[in-house]
Amino acid sequence: MGKTKIKNRLYKAFIYLLLVILAVIILVPVGWVFLASIKENSEFYGNPWMLPKGVYIQNFIDAFQEAKMGDYLLNSVLVTGMALLLLLIIALPAAYVLARYKFKGSKLCNIMFMGGLFINVNYIVVPIFLMFVNGDKWLKNLIGRGFFLNNMFVVALVYAATALPFTIYLLSGFFATIPKDYEEAAFVDGCGYWKTMLRVMMPMARPSIITVILFNFLSFWNEYIIAMTLLTGEEQTLPVGLMRLMQAQQAAANYGRLYAGLVIVMLPVLILYICVQKKLTEGMSLGGLKG
Amino acid sequence: MKNRKGKTGFIAACVLPAVILFIIFMLIPTINVFKMSLYKWGGFSNTKTFVGLNNFKILFQDAKFYRSFQNSILLIVLVTIVTMGLSLLFAAILSREKIKGQNFFRIVFYIPNILSVVVISAIFSAIYDPNQGLMNSIISIFREEGKTPILWLGDQKLVIYSLMIAMVWQAIGYYMVMYMASMSSVPESLYESAGLEGAGRVYQFFHITLPLIWNNIRTTLTFFIISTINLSFLFVKALTGGKPDGASEVFLSYMYGQAYTNSSYGYGMAIGVIVFLFSFGLAGLINLATKREVLEF
Repeated sequence: MGKTKIKNRLYKAFIYLLLVILAVIILVPVGWVFLASIKENSEFYGNPWMLPKGVYIQNFIDAFQEAKMGDYLLNSVLVTGMALLLLLIIALPAAYVLARYKFKGSKLCNIMFMGGLFINVNYIVVPIFLMFVNGDKWLKNLIGRGFFLNNMFVVALVYAATALPFTIYLLSGFFATIPKDYEEAAFVDGCGYWKTMLRVMMPMARPSIITVILFNFLSFWNEYIIAMTLLTGEEQTLPVGLMRLMQAQQAAANYGRLYAGLVIVMLPVLILYICVQKKLTEGMSLGGLKG
Repeated sequence: MKNRKGKTGFIAACVLPAVILFIIFMLIPTINVFKMSLYKWGGFSNTKTFVGLNNFKILFQDAKFYRSFQNSILLIVLVTIVTMGLSLLFAAILSREKIKGQNFFRIVFYIPNILSVVVISAIFSAIYDPNQGLMNSIISIFREEGKTPILWLGDQKLVIYSLMIAMVWQAIGYYMVMYMASMSSVPESLYESAGLEGAGRVYQFFHITLPLIWNNIRTTLTFFIISTINLSFLFVKALTGGKPDGASEVFLSYMYGQAYTNSSYGYGMAIGVIVFLFSFGLAGLINLATKREVLEF
């Protein structure tokens, strides 16, 4: 009897050890960045495990002003906000109609968006870039200036467009589960199509809408290939700005600024995650797989 | 009649913006990938010449392409095995055992998944730093003084494994949460009766849990291949840039480099086509190979 008890204890201890090891492997690098962001530059030479001597705020001031992370932050907020707004305005009605109405071409539309789930942005970023290069050339001849490249709104539009398949897939999956009675009751009460959609169906979809916003916020905020390709000038979003800072740091050996920049990129996402982590992981089983 | 007219207008107003946006920014670029792969296209000079399958012919003699191919396959195989094994293990622990602070572990393990690949790359380039990085400072405890530091990202042989570690670090939590969701739907009574018959935990894992969530594992496998190809591109772009000397180049980073940096758009798109076909072929193959009778519960 006593033997199995010891065996069980050992097993439990082993499991906790595994869990703690993985937690440490994940938390230490992240916490290390936070600590490093308040170190003075001279503190980076020597033992990397040393705790910071004090709180050196200058890193953040430098990152915001000299490394332009403040500007990039503003751009990221702008692009992410615009892209989310565009996405919701366009995807919500489409998902609703595709889930609830049969019309000529509805099947084709559904197949098209389903197929879109398999198209990854990484493959099509070059043709999109060339499309804009040509568009700008044409516009320059016409009105003397380009429009498509180096334009935050265009980046937001591309984000919204490439997020359409997944968003429509998730939302129409939800709309399909709502009983028909709600719409019929609304029609009897004299609501038109628009009113039924906006006043009756949309409020019911709130949980899925929140899921959609969360997932797309993360992917828009973290995206950098499209931003890097389409924003060729000085104006950038945070992740690309961080990449530039990384390259500059390697040359100038200015570590504090880099870590402060890292914190600026990470912090909003971490705060959001801590607030909504339950919704996020629940939403995963709702939406199934996402790349 | 009036009602019907209103309905058509309503449907059109709701669906058309999405369809138009999709066609312009996804469908046409996708078609263009295939079309451009048949041209020799020197970028801005706008000299497009139709060369048929010539780009593909060059591709099959391109040693650099083979290298990126090898790296991609290596990453697909290794990252899949390690991530799957670990995330299944931790999912089983967190959903089968009574653990104190279970929620805490679940929340922590998922953190890497919400961070930008650029952030993770910056963290890992600091960890791998030869002189002040965490890796070398840990290893130096076990090594003799005065040995040359290990160049995690600068060594031709090591760099791909360094990439792999970052990718596994990023992905474990995501797959763990997904497996936990499917494991929670396995009925408790099965474990209870198995326990009464004296089956140990390991036996239960391999004979109850695994077979019952097999369908979910199959789906993730297919998904894994496609996402590893994409993620490895994001990591290479942010962490190594293909250095040293192309030793960490993968499929899509080579494509991007040829198209965007080297301005050989047609050639780059030919690589894209091959990668596209390859990834779907492989996914289909794996789908066939893992076909088992689905167990009901």
